[in-house]
Amino acid sequence: MSGTFMGMPAFPKAARDAVRDTTLRGNLRHATRTIRAKRAAAVAELEDWPQLREAGKQIKDHTLRHLDRYLEQVEQAVTAAGGTVHWAADADEANRIVADLVKATGETEVVKVKSMATQEIGLNTALEAAGIRAYETDLAELIVQLGDDLPSHILVPAIHRNRGEIRDIFRDNMASWGRPAPEDLTDRPADLAEAARLHLREKFLRAKVGISGANFMIAETGTLVVVESEGNGRMCLTLPETLISVVGIEKIIPTWRDLEVFLQLLPRSSTAERMNPYTTMWTGTTDGDGPRTFHLVLLDNGRTDTLADEVGRQALRCIRCSACLNVCPVYERAGGHAYGSPYPGPIGAILTPQLRGIASEVDASLPYASSLCGACYEVCPVAIDIPEVLVHLREKVADQGGRGHRLEKAAIKAATWLLDHPAALTAGERLASRTRKLHPERLPGPGTRQWTNSRDLPDLPAEPFRDWWKKNHA
Amino acid sequence: MRVALFATCVNDALYPSTAIATVRLLERLGADVDFPAAQTCCGQPQFNTGYRRETEPLVRRTARAFADYDHVVTPSGSCVAMIRDNYPRIGARAKAEGRGEELAEAAASLVPHVYELTEFLVDVLGVTDTGAYFPHTVTYHPSCHGLRMLGLGDRPRRLLQAVRGLELIELPGAEECCGFGGTFAVKNPDVSEAMGADKLRNALSTGAGVLCGADNSCLMHIGGMLRRQDAPQRTLHLAEILASTEEEPLV
Repeated sequence: MSGTFMGMPAFPKAARDAVRDTTLRGNLRHATRTIRAKRAAAVAELEDWPQLREAGKQIKDHTLRHLDRYLEQVEQAVTAAGGTVHWAADADEANRIVADLVKATGETEVVKVKSMATQEIGLNTALEAAGIRAYETDLAELIVQLGDDLPSHILVPAIHRNRGEIRDIFRDNMASWGRPAPEDLTDRPADLAEAARLHLREKFLRAKVGISGANFMIAETGTLVVVESEGNGRMCLTLPETLISVVGIEKIIPTWRDLEVFLQLLPRSSTAERMNPYTTMWTGTTDGDGPRTFHLVLLDNGRTDTLADEVGRQALRCIRCSACLNVCPVYERAGGHAYGSPYPGPIGAILTPQLRGIASEVDASLPYASSLCGACYEVCPVAIDIPEVLVHLREKVADQGGRGHRLEKAAIKAATWLLDHPAALTAGERLASRTRKLHPERLPGPGTRQWTNSRDLPDLPAEPFRDWWKKNHA
Repeated sequence: MRVALFATCVNDALYPSTAIATVRLLERLGADVDFPAAQTCCGQPQFNTGYRRETEPLVRRTARAFADYDHVVTPSGSCVAMIRDNYPRIGARAKAEGRGEELAEAAASLVPHVYELTEFLVDVLGVTDTGAYFPHTVTYHPSCHGLRMLGLGDRPRRLLQAVRGLELIELPGAEECCGFGGTFAVKNPDVSEAMGADKLRNALSTGAGVLCGADNSCLMHIGGMLRRQDAPQRTLHLAEILASTEEEPLV
């Protein structure tokens, strides 16, 4: 089942189970609060952070506005540098292209750099169906893969696991994927890392095909950029003979100069580092240095539709730093799996319903998975106003109607009518006040039951403010 | 100074004591307070739940109700944020949908005149010592709209610190959302409750007798949970503390 979120329940139900999982709550609380504080300190070091943030936003907006032109520029530059460019309209097409490219090499194994785009399209599952085994080499992705699990965070996909759980996963499952874990493996981070290093080393040295995404594509030279912390990416990007990169079309930035802005914004927002340990950049192919064959698969998969939405398109600025996840009080309690996609947290709640649409129950529930507290917008390094987009998507869901929303619309209309007729409103308020002794503490029915399960209703006052004012002032 | 009180629907129907306290406080500070009776609700619950077009009559109504006033003051940060951030958006969308400029103009005429209570006290009246007296231990929950959308900063805390007899205790995790979020509280009740439980734990850890806020909707959620648990802490709106004096103390 690894790698698919198909059939996930709607957010409120999935979140209910997560909220009751005390181990998960503890793991998430510890991890998100630690990174939250570190990010704040790393960002506070830069006096010009607001200007960098504005620059990041403007570069992305400019690029998106002229995306057609920049995409052609990327294609020309990559081709001129010895690469081959493929265009994939959706996940199926991208998966087919990649599987065919791997098959053409005659290989049945690939090593992978951590990549959100390939998670999004479910590439590993598609490759498996084509008889190709894909090995995740990022430590957290490895934990997820060995545990037959799903990622729950953009940057730290195994954030929901603690070190005891990771030791068990390594001990039980490494052998069926390659070099087994040592018998006496402890849960010390250094021992766990060493077990992973030895397990992965044989894959790096054997693999003939590497698969990656990219953090940025620089249009002027056709250069791809991957930033990472572990060095596994550098291995996968340099050792294999063939490299295939699947990259969303919104990852373009026009020039190398623009990269300067993002190489400051991304590490500090993401891992709270001044600079990430490994930055790999490549331009097509180079004789005697790195892969001899390079394929770039440009992925749309809902991005053009997202771009067409004037409010929603700002989600395409996202550089996948995950700062919004780490500050989100809803993510901290619900965990990443409840979002039903590889993009969890606030950014997932606005990205997934745009990339996949709002037809399914889980996708239609995502725009409501927020208290609109605004902490995500505050930390976003490219100033995506996530609450604004959430509300905008709620409008689309409400317009679509369907389960619960028809009744809700009728109730909203009735309430608005009342609020637009103060005389009727006052009569209603007076009636409620006069019958207040009769009101029970807990109420049945949709809405009120959810409220009174954990909270008392406020006491109704003896009279509404309007009446007090009339008596005392008018 | 002539001031229009925007009481808000929640305060009108459920927390008149907050609106009354706001009137008394503003009058004590020399303002001439009026309550335009045509006002009802800013439309925040409708808008945030995805019913933008259904919100339009309330945008129109609110703008019209306060059209004659230079200063519109409300003891609700989230309603100010609704008007300031979302009324212009609603107007712009109506215009983009070919329904004229009337809503955009209504929004533009209202927005610069609307003040959250602590903004009005500190920025317009220039007051931090309101002459209040409230001999209790108090901790302050800043509420997301006041904190992040309006940027109220330390205004509420400066006002509280100047209250005679009041001991202000810092609230751990103050900047975190309490979990109310309007219809979020009923659409995602489990997460809302979990967030509320953490807020309660932090609030009770202060040992304060009173949890103060500047938004009664958040306090309805937090207070409802405190009461359900019979916790030794009550919620109070900031206006009620500031309205309390030695001559007319709030008990």
